[in-house]
Amino acid sequence: MTAPDLHPILRMVNVHRTHGRGDTAVHALRGISVHVLPGELVAVMGPSGSGKSTLLTIAGGLDAATSGDTFVEGVPLESLSRRELAKVRRRSVGYVFQDLNLIPALTAAENVALPRELDGVSARQARRDALAALVELGLDDLADRFPDDMSGGQQQRVAIARALIGPRRLVLADEPTGALDSETGEAVLRLLRARCDAGAAGMLVTHEARHAAWADRVVFLRDGLIVDDTGSAAEAESLLEGAR
Amino acid sequence: MTIRHGLLALLVEQPRYGYQLRIEFESRTGATWPLNVGQVYTTLARLERDGLVEPHGDDGEGHAYYAITSAGRAEVARWFAEPVARSAPPRDELAIKLALAITAPGVEVLRITQAQRTQTLRALQDYTRLKAKATEADLAWLLVLDSLIYQAEAEIRWLDHCEARLVRAEAEVGKGETAEVGAATAATTSRGAGS
Repeated sequence: MTAPDLHPILRMVNVHRTHGRGDTAVHALRGISVHVLPGELVAVMGPSGSGKSTLLTIAGGLDAATSGDTFVEGVPLESLSRRELAKVRRRSVGYVFQDLNLIPALTAAENVALPRELDGVSARQARRDALAALVELGLDDLADRFPDDMSGGQQQRVAIARALIGPRRLVLADEPTGALDSETGEAVLRLLRARCDAGAAGMLVTHEARHAAWADRVVFLRDGLIVDDTGSAAEAESLLEGAR
Repeated sequence: MTIRHGLLALLVEQPRYGYQLRIEFESRTGATWPLNVGQVYTTLARLERDGLVEPHGDDGEGHAYYAITSAGRAEVARWFAEPVARSAPPRDELAIKLALAITAPGVEVLRITQAQRTQTLRALQDYTRLKAKATEADLAWLLVLDSLIYQAEAEIRWLDHCEARLVRAEAEVGKGETAEVGAATAATTSRGAGS
């Protein structure tokens, strides 16, 4: 972690999410506060139904909290218009899901270039950026392959490259190793870890302790609440909060 | 931990002296199970008594070398060929603690499982950091780390399982007896892979 930029890239404060109302209301999240600093990977664990995935979709602006605040790079998502929110989703956040991450009709390089094209850069520039990203991640040999010709692990690594192309600094991953064998899953986690070490902020939802262990911090959810937190190894952020 | 077989296995490669054996043992296993040099010498003396090693001169600097005998080689071969016995599970403090906590009055078992899971996950994070730093050339060390990683993972999965069973048992109506059934099941399915 580098000193100059230690404001959280993702900050959630007392976030609630309730589906339905009255007697049938389901409280998916009941007051969650969590943040992710640049360079940090935070894993979220918990039994099914604990609210892990809801947390991630709210963090990425794909779902709205019932109450509470979510800030992405300091921007409060709750106050944004739909149009502005769409822009944050597109420009600041990258997503990696369990599967179906890549567009089958596009090559790896085209998939990675797509967000850059949506950023409005020229197609040529987008392709250059995509190739540079693939080279940096050691995935350049996959550039011209279609998703169908890649293994599951290769597809997920390309999805990580796409999630963090251009100015994007927050990657949200929901069970990205779900369908992979243990060694391939580990390669995906190593890459995610490396991207965070290089300055990105990552939030990873997983039910596999072995994968969560690549994170700096692991938070446990149960019934929509954070019930425990491993803390970070060096306790860097508590030191930081004291200094602020 | 069988120091005897560990030292014999190292002596198959070449004659060595006590301190060297200790260093070599620790570097192969990443100092996960530290040996003290006294243990090494005591073990060497027993191996010599049993005819599995023999003195192999000294190097003029006071280092007494040992070499493996043919009986020693046979013993190592037998050790590698035989699976490690799992017939007597090592005493497992965590399983015992949970089994007793379930019937103890005023103990919040879910608090125990959660605290343990956090603790074990921290250990798992430490092993994973060591793994991230290790290189592929360090295969023996990587495999030892993986063993620790899989054991910690097994413990966490078992805790998840206990927790799910406990929550279910609590939800069922006749709680006293149901909880005891849950406890018995949790204790008997305790970790085969535990250390």
